[in-house]
Amino acid sequence: MSEPFLDEILPPGASWSRICRRGTALTLTDLEGGANVSALLYRADDPLERYCMPDTLKCQHVSRLTAGIALHSDMGRVLASITDDTCGWHDTITGHATSALVARRWGVATFAEHRNDWRRGARDGLLVELAKHGLGSRDLVANVNFFTKVAVDDDGMLAFVPDHSGPDDSVTVRFELDALVVLCSVPHPLDPAAEWSPRPVRLRCAAVAPPGPDDPVRTACPENERGFAATEAALR
Amino acid sequence: MSAATVHTRDPAGARLSVELAAGDGWTHELAAGEVLRIVDLRGNQAVDALFFDAHDYANRYSAVDTIREQGAVYLGPGSCLLALDGQPLLEIVADTVGRHDTLGGACSQESNVVRYGEHTRHMHACRDTFLAQVLAWGRGLEKRDLTHNVNFFMNVPLTADGGLEFADGLSGPGRYVELLARRDTVVVLSNCPQLNNPCNAYDPTPVALVVWPAA
Repeated sequence: MSEPFLDEILPPGASWSRICRRGTALTLTDLEGGANVSALLYRADDPLERYCMPDTLKCQHVSRLTAGIALHSDMGRVLASITDDTCGWHDTITGHATSALVARRWGVATFAEHRNDWRRGARDGLLVELAKHGLGSRDLVANVNFFTKVAVDDDGMLAFVPDHSGPDDSVTVRFELDALVVLCSVPHPLDPAAEWSPRPVRLRCAAVAPPGPDDPVRTACPENERGFAATEAALR
Repeated sequence: MSAATVHTRDPAGARLSVELAAGDGWTHELAAGEVLRIVDLRGNQAVDALFFDAHDYANRYSAVDTIREQGAVYLGPGSCLLALDGQPLLEIVADTVGRHDTLGGACSQESNVVRYGEHTRHMHACRDTFLAQVLAWGRGLEKRDLTHNVNFFMNVPLTADGGLEFADGLSGPGRYVELLARRDTVVVLSNCPQLNNPCNAYDPTPVALVVWPAA
């Protein structure tokens, strides 16, 4: 990866959005360990096309995200690829907290009293960022939760895995189409931490080469080969 | 989820009873307290379902909120189908199958091409049915309102190491699920026309839909 053209800290409990272009990658680094970053992706040219959890999972026969996994859109294309990951598992099946859930789980902390350490659900942060781009609650779909693992046993029961992500764990997302990326660094609602403890995350964007014919995400399965081909056809 | 349950309701008391042919769609508003039964008449069919708060379509069924709040990935007896606001739209009050999927999504022309190849592009697909249904229903519903659905009678097991499989269905002829509307709810169904995977045993078949008024 080349020198980042963007290098900033997403503070704990904050939200962020940006158009990330094809030919660039976003690296998220969990600075302290225990972070959660809820993420949504939309095709910048046509936001009706968006990250699709079911298509991503069933095209690759996976229920978690990690390096080598493509993030498929709902229109048969690949929006982005996870090209590097030190964490091994990122959730995409358990959603994010509303402010009501945060209040029930950790109590209320208002801006008036706590200033910028106030508590909001990821839903509020995601909706505010979506609204900056003309989108709203009708555009909410299943999000990615970077750095979070929610294990599933043979009976389908869920269990949040504490301390899954450690200090300096990182994940890199390469964009295959220009994408609106919306992030929020609010704790996962299943996090059993007794104290409200959102974590900061470093965000770096850098230019990267587009995927070649032997790209490991492209060649991971025939479904990805077809998804990448459809993506490249849309660029012409 | 607990074992499958049976709940006997008298068909004579139903206010509506229809058969939905393979590949067809159905949109219907349930009043709070009404019960919808979906019957897998021949077995191994998949019925894709979306739900909307009848008074606020933006507040719709949320698969991921439902999964997280019940602490389990499969739907079954007792599952509450939550809306985006975290409150129940419907509850599964009877279920002779015991397990239903809500992570596999609905088939579409586009996803069929990715999964099975270009030759499947113009095969009939659930998301086309959903679009046709919500456009006919009107009231402003469109593509952005179509999100992750329930797949009744469909078996999509997750593995502990992060895998996902499409397995033979657990349903059989005459098995059914009953949904109690916890508020006024618009139901949109697609009786899945998929011919490329075992979700309906490669042979889409009709289902029966029965609605009982509030008790």
